[in-house]
Amino acid sequence: MHGSRIPIWFFIGLLLAAYGGMILGYGCYEAISGNFAPGVQLTELHTPIWWGAVLLLLGVVYVVKFRPGKKS
Amino acid sequence: MLEMVPLSAAVPNFATLPALMVGSTPIAHLRPLDIVVIALYFGMVIWIGFYLKGQSNTSEEFFMAGREMTAWIAGLSFVSANLGSLELMGWAGSAYQYGILATNWYWIGAIPAMIFLGLVMMPFYYVSKTHSVPGYLDLRYGGEARTVSAIAFALEMILMSGVNMFAMAVVMKVVLGWDINFSIIVSSVAVALYVGLGGLRSAIFNEVLQFVLIWGGALLVPILGLYQAGGWTGLQTKIIANMHSDSYFHLWRDTGSFAANPMGVHWTGIVFGLGFVISFGYWTTDFLVVQRVLAAHNLRAARMAPLIGSFFKMAVPAIVILPGLLGLVLLQNPDGSRRVLVGEDVVAACGMSGAQQVVDPAGCSAAMAKTNLTPEQSAKVLAGGPSAELHTYNQALPLMMVRYLGPGLLGLGITALIAGFMSGMAGNVSAFSTVWSYDIYKPLIYKNGSDSHYVMVGRLSIVAGVIVSIGAAYLVQQFHGIMDYVQALFSIFVAPLLAAILFGMFWKRATRWAGFLGLLLGILFSASMFVWVKLYPAKLAVVALSADAKPMAENVFRALWAFCFAAVIIIVVSLFTKAKPESELDGLVYGATVLPKEEWVPLYKREWFWAVLVGAIFVALNVMVW
Repeated sequence: MHGSRIPIWFFIGLLLAAYGGMILGYGCYEAISGNFAPGVQLTELHTPIWWGAVLLLLGVVYVVKFRPGKKS
Repeated sequence: MLEMVPLSAAVPNFATLPALMVGSTPIAHLRPLDIVVIALYFGMVIWIGFYLKGQSNTSEEFFMAGREMTAWIAGLSFVSANLGSLELMGWAGSAYQYGILATNWYWIGAIPAMIFLGLVMMPFYYVSKTHSVPGYLDLRYGGEARTVSAIAFALEMILMSGVNMFAMAVVMKVVLGWDINFSIIVSSVAVALYVGLGGLRSAIFNEVLQFVLIWGGALLVPILGLYQAGGWTGLQTKIIANMHSDSYFHLWRDTGSFAANPMGVHWTGIVFGLGFVISFGYWTTDFLVVQRVLAAHNLRAARMAPLIGSFFKMAVPAIVILPGLLGLVLLQNPDGSRRVLVGEDVVAACGMSGAQQVVDPAGCSAAMAKTNLTPEQSAKVLAGGPSAELHTYNQALPLMMVRYLGPGLLGLGITALIAGFMSGMAGNVSAFSTVWSYDIYKPLIYKNGSDSHYVMVGRLSIVAGVIVSIGAAYLVQQFHGIMDYVQALFSIFVAPLLAAILFGMFWKRATRWAGFLGLLLGILFSASMFVWVKLYPAKLAVVALSADAKPMAENVFRALWAFCFAAVIIIVVSLFTKAKPESELDGLVYGATVLPKEEWVPLYKREWFWAVLVGAIFVALNVMVW
């Protein structure tokens, strides 16, 4: 699953990084504007910020580690 | 279910799921960010399909993913093939109804079988170089057993794919308000594209992707729920206060009699019916999951894959059972009172007219009287209005998602559900394609085709399979009762197949005719029992050996009797017919096979080490919530 082929982990990393970036960005917007989605509980924990950051970090690690052309 | 049917044939509620399509208000409202998250997922799976097309040119590549998957990929795909969205939602709903007892379907209903597959059975599947489970039956017994097994399996897969497709459309309608036709068309086109292009490799890639998305999308619910409930102790205290029972936290304590637990099951049924026949039947002989492990790149990876999968399987209750339990104390009505979920039959009985009035107040009252709804809540439902809407047990997970997940995160949660449905369909059609091409088309229709011919047949069978699935989905929409029968297909087929495989693999004396007749008569016996209880529901007491047994007990006991029946047939017929010479059983039967010597590896890379570890954790978990 390595070598010249793109491993599945690269695709997963890419998607996680994109999701993490978007969710983190939206979480920052929410925190700054104070404009939280109605009905959602525990907004004071700023879940999108830390969960988005976790997804982004995981995604970046996977993208870098499994990027095409990298020797495994 | 569906994928889950096997272990979750026990969740009967989805048979009435179509009733929810009428007049329900969507649970969730997506924002633009959520739509982008979902669209990105679709873009990614189609990209993966096109990318993998170039690596799926030979039949070995298309049907077996080139047999080059690592243990991790095969293991995650193996466990993910069973992690469908209806399973997630269904078992969260069951946890809401029955508590931790539902965890048995994840632990004893999976872990021992996975360990057995990895340590004992995998060498025979792998060394025989079979491409499918019917293929193994062909090598071991002959073409008759293969044909029965292949036809039954292909039929099951294609109908199951249709049910999966329809179920996804209904869930998307109920949760998001999406049009049924839109969901069916979008999901079927995406699945046909990515599996048709990339074959099994594409299905496996998407299952691994789905696995990550499910955890990324669903893990927040128990984390935030436990935080809000005051941790595990707080959750226990609140449930005992609300429900006046501590049964919700015991896995085995109340299974000494059918009447002592809300599920109406007995520990003998759980251990022998679920823990042995259904679980071993599903995890060790169902080609849908075994195909993932056969794609491993060597024998050690093939043996490690189910063991890796078993660790994750043990963890799944964290994102399924916990949200159900948390829903018991955290879900609220718009007025702040505790929201009580009910069965789908109650929601159907309390259907509203366009003017937000209950159509049949008397029927609705009678149905609600059997639930935990308070008189005030029942009165509100009868009075109508948007705040009085009832929700079902199966909606526990989406309701919990909506409670905690804002824009973006909710999109991720919904994407996880969509991914679960789509990879379920993809698993169905990819397994169908392999069995159709290798075990039906090649031996029975056109024997001497070229390799590229069979790849073309495989691609076409995927497209045809998706088209038939769409037909099955609309058929289920017209005739709702079919769903119940399709879901029963697996449980009818699994026990006789397990008997045929186990005797074939571990008894040199089992003969060609014994395998064929054991399988065929076992299926007929199992189907007869199913029809018998359908026609005369009171006969459940005979099948499950107790008047207190509930429908949940039927599948496990039916499977147990069908296994015993098929085993007796195999033994008796074997004793009266001629066995194959031992030289023809090399690579197929225990005691007649010299397994290849594996290279030395450190302790932590050995399958026995991981099997002992997973076994110890399994025992510890069961003791912890005894």
